[in-house]
Amino acid sequence: MTPVLELSNITKRFGALTANEDVSLQLGQGEILALLGENGAGKTTLMNILFGHYEADEGTVRVFGEDLPAGKPRAAIAAGVGMVHQHFTLAGNLTVLENVMLGSERLTRFGSDTSAARSKLMGISDRFGLPVKPDVKVSKLSVGERQRVEILKALYRDARVLILDEPTAVLARPEAERLFETLRGMTKDGLSLIFISHKLHEVMAASDRVAVLRGGKMVAERKTRDTSPAELAELMVGRKVERPKREAHSIGAPVLVGSGITVEQEGAFVLDDVSFTVHAGEILGIVGVSGNGQGALGALLSGLAHPTAGSLTLGNTDIGHFGPRDLIEAGVARVPEDRHSEGAVGEMSVWENAVLERLRSDAFSNLGFVRKQAAQEHARDLIGRFDVRGATPETRIRLLSGGNMQKLILGRSLSTGPKFLLANQPTRGLDEGAIAAVHQELLAARSEGAAILLISEELEEAVQLSDRIQAIVKGRLSQPVTADEADARRLGLMMAGVWDTEDAA
Amino acid sequence: MRLERRETVPLALVATAPLAAILCALLLAAGLIGAAGVNPLAAYGEMLRGAFGSRLSLTEMFTRATPLILTGLAAAVAFRARLWNIGGEGQFFMGALVTAWIGHSLGLPGPIGMAVLLVCGMAAGALLLAGPAYLRLHFGVDEVVTTLLLNFIVILFVGLMIEGPLRDPLAFGWPQSVPVDSAYRFADLVPRTRLHMGLLVALAAAGIVWLILTRTVFGVETRAAGLNAKAAAFAGISLPRTIMGVALLSGALAGLAGAVEVMGVTGGVTTTMSPGFGYAGIVVAMLAALHPAGVVVAAVFVATVFVGADAMSRATGVPSFIADVIVALSLLTMLVALLFTTYRVRR
Amino acid sequence: MMEAVEILFNESLWSAVLRIATPLIFGVLGALLCERAGVLNLGIEGIMTMGAMAGWLTVYLGGDLWMGLAIAATAGGLMVLLHAGFTVPLGLSQHVSGLGITLFASALAYYLYRLIVEVGETPPTIEPFRAFPIPILSDLPLIGPVLFTQTAPTYLALISVAVLAYVLTRTPLGLAIRMTGENPHAVEAQGLNPNALRVGAIVAGSALMGLGGAFLTTAAFNSFFPEMVQGRGWICIALVVFASWRPGKALIGALLFAFFDAYQLRLQTVVEGVPYQLFLMAPYVLSIVALILVARRAEVPEALMAPYRRGER
Repeated sequence: MTPVLELSNITKRFGALTANEDVSLQLGQGEILALLGENGAGKTTLMNILFGHYEADEGTVRVFGEDLPAGKPRAAIAAGVGMVHQHFTLAGNLTVLENVMLGSERLTRFGSDTSAARSKLMGISDRFGLPVKPDVKVSKLSVGERQRVEILKALYRDARVLILDEPTAVLARPEAERLFETLRGMTKDGLSLIFISHKLHEVMAASDRVAVLRGGKMVAERKTRDTSPAELAELMVGRKVERPKREAHSIGAPVLVGSGITVEQEGAFVLDDVSFTVHAGEILGIVGVSGNGQGALGALLSGLAHPTAGSLTLGNTDIGHFGPRDLIEAGVARVPEDRHSEGAVGEMSVWENAVLERLRSDAFSNLGFVRKQAAQEHARDLIGRFDVRGATPETRIRLLSGGNMQKLILGRSLSTGPKFLLANQPTRGLDEGAIAAVHQELLAARSEGAAILLISEELEEAVQLSDRIQAIVKGRLSQPVTADEADARRLGLMMAGVWDTEDAA
Repeated sequence: MRLERRETVPLALVATAPLAAILCALLLAAGLIGAAGVNPLAAYGEMLRGAFGSRLSLTEMFTRATPLILTGLAAAVAFRARLWNIGGEGQFFMGALVTAWIGHSLGLPGPIGMAVLLVCGMAAGALLLAGPAYLRLHFGVDEVVTTLLLNFIVILFVGLMIEGPLRDPLAFGWPQSVPVDSAYRFADLVPRTRLHMGLLVALAAAGIVWLILTRTVFGVETRAAGLNAKAAAFAGISLPRTIMGVALLSGALAGLAGAVEVMGVTGGVTTTMSPGFGYAGIVVAMLAALHPAGVVVAAVFVATVFVGADAMSRATGVPSFIADVIVALSLLTMLVALLFTTYRVRR
Repeated sequence: MMEAVEILFNESLWSAVLRIATPLIFGVLGALLCERAGVLNLGIEGIMTMGAMAGWLTVYLGGDLWMGLAIAATAGGLMVLLHAGFTVPLGLSQHVSGLGITLFASALAYYLYRLIVEVGETPPTIEPFRAFPIPILSDLPLIGPVLFTQTAPTYLALISVAVLAYVLTRTPLGLAIRMTGENPHAVEAQGLNPNALRVGAIVAGSALMGLGGAFLTTAAFNSFFPEMVQGRGWICIALVVFASWRPGKALIGALLFAFFDAYQLRLQTVVEGVPYQLFLMAPYVLSIVALILVARRAEVPEALMAPYRRGER
């Protein structure tokens, strides 16, 4: 039987970086194929080429036996390919119906046939079990609802092949399971699916076949029932990587205490009556599916958001209303979620970024003038101590790789010997080597007595590093469990919000 | 064709960008000169002669450059922080008005009085820009529109003042303000020309601005805020404080331009004393790639074009508006040139 | 005091309101269209100037008034191609590019005018649009003389409001343009070309701006002189925010503004002792006040001023 989709020898380069190298892939009728790989392995690039967002440098794409013209989403859509993007391509200020209708009618039409469109949309919605309200503005929808709209957009354009890019990144377990049920139903209806993921359990549970990408190359294809998570993990990573081990030790006095904190933003409670305590020499891990309040928690501890109720104390000081400057002066170190947009000023040099937070201190300024030499010395010191490669104090920080930039950001925070460190998604987007290095530094700081709060969407990382764990669900925090008590089942339940009433912290 | 971000920006490229931009602008304007039936090369020759040809024309050119240096600095300082100060014209006039008003009957000894007046001019400009800056910070109102609209308001206000409370009773015909006391006028830098000590003030200002931007904490923080506001805020830099600081500095520089012009050239205020110094300052700043040293050079270029165009017009009959065309084209070509310093074109 | 109120009942005031509003309506609609597509067009002041000059010149050189309007619209569209080129594919600063266009378009307009036209003591004039009473409707009491006895361009402006509102909200093209200003990636993902849409919208918007400028020289006044646009372009930029980017509200904003302007002009004649400059300042001050009042609630198109680079996230 001819495959519905055939990618042959796809190669794509971005300057010096080869994102895809000679990748070939096939999809059969009614099949669910999982595209597996670490961050940066080239999965999204490959799918973007299929859908026409990018043009491949070499190679061809055939859909239902016909060559697909490169670089034109319109051609892909016409051929029956639909894409559900990881970052939703929706306009918040417009309604669901408007978002779905875009591009489906000829631009030269005098008027839109909204009633026909509405019936078609509701028809598809009923058929595939994806309920929506067509006249609501997208900005008012929850993340799960927005994803449904994104899927309906593709189905509305009569997609026969559906690509889903990390579809469960923003969904909780029950929602994710429901999604995969829906997808399975779609294949019975004649659709063929590819979904991109880096989550092994999902791939094992929901796919018929798995294709593994690593470093831009296709390294393996397996029938899902013939493989195992262990084999897939090794294929994904390429080697057995040793992550540093946490050694149990006694923890000290409480350093940071959050008590009954509520944070309100635009009328909604993004943090709802949360409490936590971080002790000296301890790593407290906060786990949860993306979009459950981690951002607000990070903002709270970074000084960018403030409690509308409850208190946040560092030692004996109430720091609830401290801004970033005051927190820095109080000995709080923060590693932000997004190193590019928050952690560093890309166009500035390494030394400027290294001391940006502490410019006003006597160490780096004198009567308003910058002590450039002292700052450069400090940068040199950080580069050496934290193994930041490819950098001199004068290098523009934008040129560093993600891992090295993160090492510098972490290093500049740790070098101050902080009382409390916020590590917000510290290894997002990093390769294994960099992850190991970051973990090592965090554990070292822990040994030195720092109190660390780790926010992570990677369950494995949180379990490896944390002494105690709390789950964050819809802005609320569960009671903490110790590392020993935290098995997969318990954590799964916590992250799904299944707590005994006494469990809510 | 694609644009690819350059890894490093070669300094040589940044330095030649303005030259390439100016050449392109002159080339394009040559077409318009040709449309007037005049040989462009001859016309440009007249322009250069008009600006550099004699001792007098050279001093005229530098006299014209003096306020341009200051308004150029004002725009450069603001734009670096992404504060779009288009109100240089209004701030110029405010500085001039306040200087004439206070300087008319100040009563302090010469040098001290002059210093006081310069400070007053700066304060006037600074306060004028503080308003739009405040509106942006607390109400989210775009400062482009507010500073622009303020220009019109200020010029009307100046007209009101010089036809009313500040009217010079000794002037016939064209209304002008009471003159500043002669004790506070700048001495000639070159005798029997209009070139005055104010040029030194402008140059000093350029040096001070350079120092502030590169050596002080304020300068580094401002740069960070302009490049990545989110990261700057995360690092504890107070954006409102920084923006307001930038606004005060920028407004002060434009106000200083007005004060210097009154004390050096006009002696008083009229509604026509500025042929668009504020707006031209923006072009100067862009041509200088927002660099204080570049501002001096760019101001000389723009002054050359304006002074030279008058002479060119008299000699060849080409309408003197060609100067405005050349200056505007330079801004546009400089934009393109700057693009090529940041990006490489790839297939 | 009584006279100040009496003016409000004078027919000629309201007739003037529509006249004064016309260039503003064209300008606001034009700026609105550009911004809905995601591009701030600060070239409006210069484009209106060029439209004024081009429209007038066409008539001066022998063309009829409608050709003048057509040329003005074309000139507006052409002038903005530079801005479109800079901001859409190249992603340069929309602020600086727009300002550059204003400076360039104004300078070019003045230069060409001086080049082509002999200017003596007073600037030369043309025969402008005359008020065209619409049969039957213009005999209606009150609104007849005010609304239905205006010049052709004014009718055109009012029709444009309705047309633009319809296109933006009820046609596929309008939806595509709006989406381009909200999320250009969504536009690309649906197989359309966001850059082409942006450029198209900017050109159409600038044609409207050109018409606004031409009204000044072919209907309001009958000659062209430097600085005649007097900041109306900037006022239109402020009015777009005031109108929440909607054509209907834009019309209201323009009318409101024109009312204050017309009123202030007549007030000058009855109120003594107040310098005329204060009256002239009123429009600009009002614009700033209007901006402050609506700023917080503004539903800005999400992708306004964000350059769209294909594949860049």
